[in-house]
Amino acid sequence: MSEAARIHLRNAQGRHHRRAAAFRWSALVTGGALALIGLSKRSKSGVALATAGGLLSYAGARVGARERELIARSSILLNCTPDQAYEFWSNFDNLPLFMRHLESVTLMSESRSRWTAIGPLGKRISWDAEIAFNRQGDVIAWRSLPDSEIYVDGIVKFRKAPVERGTIITVVVVYQPPAGSLGAALAKLLGKDPNFMMRQDLRRLKALIEAGEIPTVEGQSHGPRSSVAAAARILNPDDPIRGEGNLADIAEARRRAS
Amino acid sequence: MKAVCWMGTEKMSVENVPDPTILNPRDAIVRITSTCICGSDLHLYDGYMPTMEQGDIMGHEFMGEVVEIGAGVDRNKLKVGDRVVVPFTIACGRCFFCQQQLWSCCDNSNPNYWIAEKVMGYSPSGLFGYTHMLGGYAGGQAQYARVPFADVGPLKIPAGIPDEKVVFLSDIFPTGYMGAENCNIQPGDTVAIWGCGPVGQFAIKSAFMLGAERVIAIDRFEYRLQRAQEAGAEIINYEQVDDVVQLLKDMTGNIGPDACMDAVGMEAHYHGPIWAIDRTKQVLRMQPDRPNVLRQCIMACRKGGTISVPGVYGGFVDKMPLGQYMNKAITMKTGQTHMMRYMKPLLDRIERGEIDPSFVVSHRVPIDKAPEMYKIFRDKQDHCNKVVLDPWANGAAAA
Repeated sequence: MSEAARIHLRNAQGRHHRRAAAFRWSALVTGGALALIGLSKRSKSGVALATAGGLLSYAGARVGARERELIARSSILLNCTPDQAYEFWSNFDNLPLFMRHLESVTLMSESRSRWTAIGPLGKRISWDAEIAFNRQGDVIAWRSLPDSEIYVDGIVKFRKAPVERGTIITVVVVYQPPAGSLGAALAKLLGKDPNFMMRQDLRRLKALIEAGEIPTVEGQSHGPRSSVAAAARILNPDDPIRGEGNLADIAEARRRAS
Repeated sequence: MKAVCWMGTEKMSVENVPDPTILNPRDAIVRITSTCICGSDLHLYDGYMPTMEQGDIMGHEFMGEVVEIGAGVDRNKLKVGDRVVVPFTIACGRCFFCQQQLWSCCDNSNPNYWIAEKVMGYSPSGLFGYTHMLGGYAGGQAQYARVPFADVGPLKIPAGIPDEKVVFLSDIFPTGYMGAENCNIQPGDTVAIWGCGPVGQFAIKSAFMLGAERVIAIDRFEYRLQRAQEAGAEIINYEQVDDVVQLLKDMTGNIGPDACMDAVGMEAHYHGPIWAIDRTKQVLRMQPDRPNVLRQCIMACRKGGTISVPGVYGGFVDKMPLGQYMNKAITMKTGQTHMMRYMKPLLDRIERGEIDPSFVVSHRVPIDKAPEMYKIFRDKQDHCNKVVLDPWANGAAAA
């Protein structure tokens, strides 16, 4: 079995083992009901109440999750040489530019660095890491120091793509969250799918290296937004926007079709 | 500034919103002088494209004057004061796809890549004012717009050419032209084009430019068929014939058109049980598309022929004649328009007087009338063919 397939399987088993799944679903349903009650009030306080209720039950549900090893793996094609990609990555200062959960990586010495991530509710999580292996233009591996609260080991490989297509980089990061609130915070930070988070990070890296900037629409103008859509986004940030396609609209459309 | 906002299905409204600002180094701000309603905007108006959100600013066919540029914009390519047409696709200019001239497949311009990735496997480029799945960028039916990667897309327009002759370089002229180019037209070819809206009209003219012998245009609105006929096409009003596919065979000596173009897309109109099935699924949001034109294209196309699809589709469809497509050795070419390939050469054609794209315009109105024009355009009232909005009519900017 290839390394990629093995890791996919392991993550899948990890997901499967969340025995709290049933509990979480029920909590989500409760949260949803709370949200509906709050939203039916059609006031700002109602919405706030509803979202807070929903978030609380969601967070509560997460406590049931088992501590385990979390693996994030992804790869991406960059339109640059392996050396250019290596140079960018080996300067750890650059990592927070595209790894959104990282606040800073500070070099303590040539091989040691202090990593700080921002978790839920702005909670800072820090750990120290050292370079485990480093070969110019080829591979960088790092691991957290033995006395760290959190173990985060990572490796990035740089491989020249065929002809002049650039460089394929492959990244694997293994997280070992401790028990307790710190572990829960880390698990929350990584979201439902660590691979997804890694894909997002590498997309930002690609845009930064190729286009010189990360595309964004944050802060642009728009007309009046719906509080229902805003609440839905807070409840589940990973869910694509669904506009106003609700039951009433479907009924209306059906009426028009007939 | 004033902006046309999507407030829900069939709910458009002109709102006062903050002026756009530079958000990224390669951004520019354009003061818009002309902006249009596109047929593909009607898919949003009718609520069939997923991931629109209340308050989104509409519009992807606009031109104007550059009033501000970010620090990262290449000054040799764009500066304040330039008069530009802005293409509806947003491209970084530096990724694998941009370098292959596949501009509408740019890998770095969609901040919501992951949403499109979920639906399509990979994301095409970001678009102005066309769902959050395709970037969530504020559109150009407004007085100002923020244009990302401004040193790649916008095409400079010399003074002296009126807006109406060049504004359609923002989408429909290149889209019709690429639709025709994708037909792989050879000398003596017959091209059948479904849909005689503005894209279809440009496609008819482009097909003749590219050497087509015959163009057969299919629609149901007489005023559109009349425009097609004036452009030199033979016409079929499909509501007045029993079987379009059989008629196309009869018109071509039973060999079929060498190329078929679907310039209709997801909201086609047709009859019979298949219509009832598709319509019901669309209303229940089980299937975004009514893909009957594509089915007819596959059935009508000659063996070894080409199908070109400039019409917009949203997702998975049922009842496609895939076996027919395979057994007849058909090639299908698709895609949002690779705008930057076509804008300059087509501007040259306009400057040489080979074509005056302003022939498509039927309505010129102030931006405040946009909401009612959406309805008129959708319902094909008042012979509505193409609507151009003036964002500054009545003189004053909104506060």
